[in-house]
Amino acid sequence: MKKLVALLLAGVMTFSLAACGNSSQPAAEPAPAEEAAPAEEAAPAEEAAPAEEAAPAEGAAVAADITLWTYPIGKFGDAETVNGFVQAFNAVYPDINVSVEYLDYTSGDDQVTAAIEAGTTPDIIMEGPERLVSNWGAKGKMIDLADLWDEEALADISATSEAVVAACKSADGAYYEYPLCMTTHTMAVNKELFEEAGAMQYINEDRTWTTENFEKALQALKDYGVETTGVVYCGGQGGDQGTRALAMNLYNAEFTNADHTEWTMNSEAGVKGLQQLVDWTEAGLLSFDAGAVASDEIQLFANKTIAMSFCWNAANQLTYAAQTDFTPYAVAFPSEDGTPELAGGIWGFGVFDNGDADKIAAAKLFIEFICDDATQGPISIANTGFFPVRSSYGNIYAGTEDEERMATYASFQKWLGDYYNVTLGWAEQRTAWWNMLQQIFGGEDVQAAADAYVETCNTATADASAN
Amino acid sequence: MTTRSKVLVMRETRSAYLFLLPSLIFFVGFVIIPMFMCLFTSFFNYTMSDFKFVGIGNYVEMFQDKIFQRAFWNTVLIVVVAVPAVTIFSLWVGSSIYRMHAVTRSFFRCVFYLPVVTGTVAVAVVWKWMFNKYTGLFNHVLSEVGLIDQNISWLGDEKTAIWCIIIILFTTSIGQPIVLYVAALGNVDTSLVEAAEVDGATDMQTFWKIKWPSIMPTTLYVLVITTINSFQCYALIQLLTSGGPNHSTDTIMYYIYYEAFKLNRYGYGNAMGIFLAAVIAIFSALQFKVTKSGSVD
Amino acid sequence: MKSGVKRTTGYDIIVLVIMVILAILFIFPVYWIVTGSFKDAAAINAASPEWFPKNPTTDNYVRLFAKPAMRWLFNSVFIALMSMALTCMTAAMAGYALAKKRFVGRGLLFTFLVCAMALPKQVVLVPLLKEMSFLGLHDNVWAVILPTVGWPFGVFLMKQFSETIPTEMLEAVRIDGAGEVQTFLTIVLPIVKPGIGALAIFTFITTWNDYFLQLIMLNSSNTLTIALGIAKLQSEMSNDFGLIMAGAALGAIPIIAIFLMFQKYFTQGITMGAVKG
Repeated sequence: MKKLVALLLAGVMTFSLAACGNSSQPAAEPAPAEEAAPAEEAAPAEEAAPAEEAAPAEGAAVAADITLWTYPIGKFGDAETVNGFVQAFNAVYPDINVSVEYLDYTSGDDQVTAAIEAGTTPDIIMEGPERLVSNWGAKGKMIDLADLWDEEALADISATSEAVVAACKSADGAYYEYPLCMTTHTMAVNKELFEEAGAMQYINEDRTWTTENFEKALQALKDYGVETTGVVYCGGQGGDQGTRALAMNLYNAEFTNADHTEWTMNSEAGVKGLQQLVDWTEAGLLSFDAGAVASDEIQLFANKTIAMSFCWNAANQLTYAAQTDFTPYAVAFPSEDGTPELAGGIWGFGVFDNGDADKIAAAKLFIEFICDDATQGPISIANTGFFPVRSSYGNIYAGTEDEERMATYASFQKWLGDYYNVTLGWAEQRTAWWNMLQQIFGGEDVQAAADAYVETCNTATADASAN
Repeated sequence: MTTRSKVLVMRETRSAYLFLLPSLIFFVGFVIIPMFMCLFTSFFNYTMSDFKFVGIGNYVEMFQDKIFQRAFWNTVLIVVVAVPAVTIFSLWVGSSIYRMHAVTRSFFRCVFYLPVVTGTVAVAVVWKWMFNKYTGLFNHVLSEVGLIDQNISWLGDEKTAIWCIIIILFTTSIGQPIVLYVAALGNVDTSLVEAAEVDGATDMQTFWKIKWPSIMPTTLYVLVITTINSFQCYALIQLLTSGGPNHSTDTIMYYIYYEAFKLNRYGYGNAMGIFLAAVIAIFSALQFKVTKSGSVD
Repeated sequence: MKSGVKRTTGYDIIVLVIMVILAILFIFPVYWIVTGSFKDAAAINAASPEWFPKNPTTDNYVRLFAKPAMRWLFNSVFIALMSMALTCMTAAMAGYALAKKRFVGRGLLFTFLVCAMALPKQVVLVPLLKEMSFLGLHDNVWAVILPTVGWPFGVFLMKQFSETIPTEMLEAVRIDGAGEVQTFLTIVLPIVKPGIGALAIFTFITTWNDYFLQLIMLNSSNTLTIALGIAKLQSEMSNDFGLIMAGAALGAIPIIAIFLMFQKYFTQGITMGAVKG
């Protein structure tokens, strides 16, 4: 007991000390912040000093401390890599201190929400239009980045895809995102297993396949003795673009209308696709798991428990390269006519409106440097593992060891579909989607479940646009 | 009443409030004030970009919200199952191990305490793997033994998911009650027990007539902390099922979190919070009254 | 043991068997975390479980310590200790006043406490967030500590303990001329010590595991706790279980060690025998 009391006392003393320390600087714990700072800032700033003269005039003028929050988009989730970028940035703009925090997809949104409500948002955030434009941007929390989208940038990005431009622009015409990179999400199959099972013949030369052939492939795998061919995961929202793309492509359904104002997966084609998935699971050709999300499913694919993954892209291949002792062969989602419409991913930067003109100016300089600097731009993109949104960058992987792998994934870009992620009410839609999948696999009527799903989503969309 | 006694009462009141002051500052500052803010904003359509008075609109919506109803019953289920199960089981374990050799006793005590100290997040990660449909431990063992021929998606099946949550909640909840019961049983007046045994009382009789009344205060404490734990069951759900499948593991706590932090409907979340607070307040008051009248002073 | 070991019956053996089976189930997660933290990605994700790491590696720990993991651990300990110390102090004082003093507003206050004691903090999370933002404490460890201390359960518990303080004793020292503070320190505290022990442990553990409050209140790498840190290691497209296990082990081992070391104090002094309903 004495020791316990002593422990308590020690705690109390530490507390009073800490309280004293805090009274002068109530906002935060001062010590650790300073400890961490030198590693990131001091060294490069000094090194860079000689370069100052060469720096553009506006760079020398702007001095600010800004924060950047990144989601784990390729190596933008890795401190070492990002610190390298910040150092390169500081070589040009020595007076702008950038501190970086790393979000994750499980709790990152909650932290941003909390920060918005608490007024502690970062200056720059890196994610996609569904968050930056149709969520935080639509709610008036972001800055219009129209000055970054100058004519040259607009032309350059439009040349790659008009869809990217449209996605970064809000309904009221403001650009809440300045994009860096993009990709198409595909699926992947275990090439060796498919070859052994004689299922490779059903995949076309250009890596597409028809719904009919997909079923034949499933059957071939089954006949060959593969216990579980693939898993339609629906235990949460992680990687849900895969299940969406699968269901909508089977009979070439549209996910939303062209104006992004209504959800349409309860259409005849949409329901047919969903019904097809249910039928396959009932026939044992496919499996579903309401306890798994994409990361679980990819893991099963990587350790050869299942023969295909519905959540695949260039970056995943790299992430799982060390764990796979087979060839993950990227293919498009099967579609009725063999022309798939693949879901895209667009990532870039947005600036939160923190009301400080210097910080906003500094944030824009940082974004411009990371995305548009002739040397840094391609490096930034290569570290995401995806493709540039600017057509002028050409093939940034040419001559690297990634060239062949990336060329394969680049070939999917031509099937990039509508970026419906920007439809308002997106967050509600995501939850409603996996719940709807759980319902139909649980035996509920597909049309009824899809109707209820669409109704939920449309209500959310209407509510969001009313505000 | 004389002026003198009034002065005494005043003095007593003043010194009492001085002792209460530090605690009251925290209580008022971080419970009462937020509670009032919660109540106030529950009458608004309070979102990230809107703050419009809607009267009792949120409450009306709440009672019509099927997911909320489901979440409510799930919460009730968890509390109604977990609280008695934890109490009875920890009492059983406690009374079984308190008679054991000191080393064995402390071994078991530590073992049952392990999940508590390991931390919810870490425990959840391991259990998630154990419940995995394809590579999980349970399916592996059960199919090796031949009890099942098809893998079960423990967390992905409406029938099993909530029980999985309850089991994990159970393992992370019983550590403290066991420690408390072992201590309490060790402190039961041995002379009374021996006297009863001399009189020929059976083990059961000794337990119910002598030990049970004297550990009643411990039971009250265990009931309260287990209730707190069970109502708060949120992290496990977020980390394991996100409320699924088909809302079968949604609890009010999780649903509040979901509405507030995923959909930014703070007003609606706060309305549910007020409702939950009222339910818990009534529940606590009842529990307090019942156990108070049941205990022997 | 006071009563000594009694005859071994069939029932005792059944009990022991059940206990051992349960013990395995309870030890297993910890075993799995510790061994898992030494496995490489292939082993940890193998389709059939690898019971013991065949090729042990410290790579997970190397990668873990490349992150500010010690900082997370320190924050967790700091938050838990501070909450524990402050809760015990304020609750012991308030509990004594509630139990032993007759004052205006006592009944009302106690009713409030009973009604609020089981309330999950998360219910008022959004207002708390606003409040912390107003106080300039968001993303500061104190934003987690302060609400924890405010929770009235501790006061309730200490009030129950303080009931057992003999009133005659308090009067006797008062007649001897002892002041309020002296009475509290010399008479009250020693008597309610077991209650403080119980409360200290309860507060420490709940704070340690209070993932939700931490998640909302903290967001920079200087303020993260180990629970948040571990949760953050999971990502959308891949589960780095080795790294997560290493983080979990780092978080769990110190607490287990503390529990083992202080087991006697954790368990001996604490009896609820003094608590009256």
